[in-house]
Amino acid sequence: MNQAPIPTLPFGRKVSRWFGRNLIRIYAVFGFTYLFVPVIYTFAFSFNDAGKSNLTWRGFTFNNWKNPCGAPDVCSALGNSIKIGLLATFTATILGTLIAFALGRHRFRGRSATNLLIFLPMATPEVVLGASLLAMFLAFRINPGFWPTVIAHVMFCISFVVVTVKARIASLDPRLEQAAMDLYANERETFRRVTLPLVMPGIAGAALLAFSLSFDDFIITNFNSGTLVTFPKFVYVSAARGIPAQANVIGSSMFFLALFIVIAGQLVNRKKVR
Amino acid sequence: MATRASTFSGKKGRLPYLLLAPGLLWLFTFFVLPIINLAGTSTQTPVIGGDTGQYVQTFRFANYIDAFNASREQFARSFIYATLATLLALAISYPLAYAIAFRSGKYKNLLLVLVIAPFFTSFLLRTVAWKQILGESGFVVPTLRALHIIGPNTTLTASALAVVTGMTYNFLPFMTLPLYASLERIDPRTLEASNDLYANAFTTFRKVTFPLSMPGVVAGTLLTFIPAAGDYVNAAILGNPNTTMLGNVIDSRFFRIVDYPTAAALSFMLMAAILILVTLYIRKSGTDELV
Repeated sequence: MNQAPIPTLPFGRKVSRWFGRNLIRIYAVFGFTYLFVPVIYTFAFSFNDAGKSNLTWRGFTFNNWKNPCGAPDVCSALGNSIKIGLLATFTATILGTLIAFALGRHRFRGRSATNLLIFLPMATPEVVLGASLLAMFLAFRINPGFWPTVIAHVMFCISFVVVTVKARIASLDPRLEQAAMDLYANERETFRRVTLPLVMPGIAGAALLAFSLSFDDFIITNFNSGTLVTFPKFVYVSAARGIPAQANVIGSSMFFLALFIVIAGQLVNRKKVR
Repeated sequence: MATRASTFSGKKGRLPYLLLAPGLLWLFTFFVLPIINLAGTSTQTPVIGGDTGQYVQTFRFANYIDAFNASREQFARSFIYATLATLLALAISYPLAYAIAFRSGKYKNLLLVLVIAPFFTSFLLRTVAWKQILGESGFVVPTLRALHIIGPNTTLTASALAVVTGMTYNFLPFMTLPLYASLERIDPRTLEASNDLYANAFTTFRKVTFPLSMPGVVAGTLLTFIPAAGDYVNAAILGNPNTTMLGNVIDSRFFRIVDYPTAAALSFMLMAAILILVTLYIRKSGTDELV
């Protein structure tokens, strides 16, 4: 900030000044290193010639990547997670988007009660959400399994969808809709051809968020899935005996896939802006 | 608000209720009702002469006292670990968010993606990765031993330290993103004004930047503290029997001991404690409009 030019500085002070100015950047580099160490570790050990337990490095191989379903049960667990994730995302995105439109575009009685009902599931620890839902399923003699898990995932995803889509609706310029109305579009047309396309990126973002929350959820799933094994559950159960390297392959692939989707999304957005 | 209301004329018909109905019905059936049902379960007692897992409603509120006394340590640990993890996450995230908001130039979006990116690898895989990195066969322990920072018999896993580290790591993006959002919104002219008034960099930070970033600090600490207090996966994977948290107890009461009333009472106390703390915290930090 204080950039009074001093012509010659002793070397020691130059170094300390450089550190002073770049301290925050150096700190950021350490921060990112901390964030990425486990990710890099997971990726590196997906190439481990591990055999049964993937604890120590035993040599480089592509076999795990060539045969990601090689370890027993890993792909059925992945399949269950994807199925649950897609069903929960689809349902939660629709239900949450409808609520977001009601909150962002309409006036009605009971708005604060609605906001509270949206907020509370996010402020409740997962272990309580999972345990309470399971207790109710058991009370109604419903066995935990696939559908109870989907129901639970929809429940905790709705709030996040509402928050995301509502933020997008709030950031829209109301003049765009007014312009459409001025051009003799009726309410329905305005909604279909102006409002909805403008809100769409928000809905897409909410769907991605919902899927990643569902796909990664362990605690609530563990309570409500019974004997069904999802990918996080597979990792948790096999953590004691050593996780097969194929799980690292799947984890790394999800990482790159998600990264690709996010970057592609940003590029598409940038093109649209231009 | 006024212009928006006029666009859609602030209709007060049936439509908003039709939009709300399916989602709110879902939340009512699968969130509110289970919580009410849980309250009922928490005061039940075992059926005399019945099978394990059979309970009958006797409105025994002493269940709460029994449950609390049986897991006082875990209660304390949940809140201590969650507080430590929240403070650590704040200490790590604030400079990170600050760097992204003010010092990243054209790489801002890229860096933001990088903050979220570790989230794309399964949370459990990352926790297990920490266990192995900090474990005997990882690279951290041998390095620290070679440098004589830790003794030859000291281990890093299966400790409170590992649990808190894991929790800090897991919830870091929840802290960084709200902090970034509030820092990014700060008008640079306010910082220039502070500079013009002869405030040095530290005073500017203390009197201008930090107060303006308070909404982010509050949101970030809440988003970190709440899941951390209820977490039990880190304690299960990175801890030892002396680092169990309330979540571990609820889990084992439910599945291993089939003691639903105790699990229910503990869940309720956890939820109540979190809601009380959160309310006090929001009042104190003066950001009521947040919720």
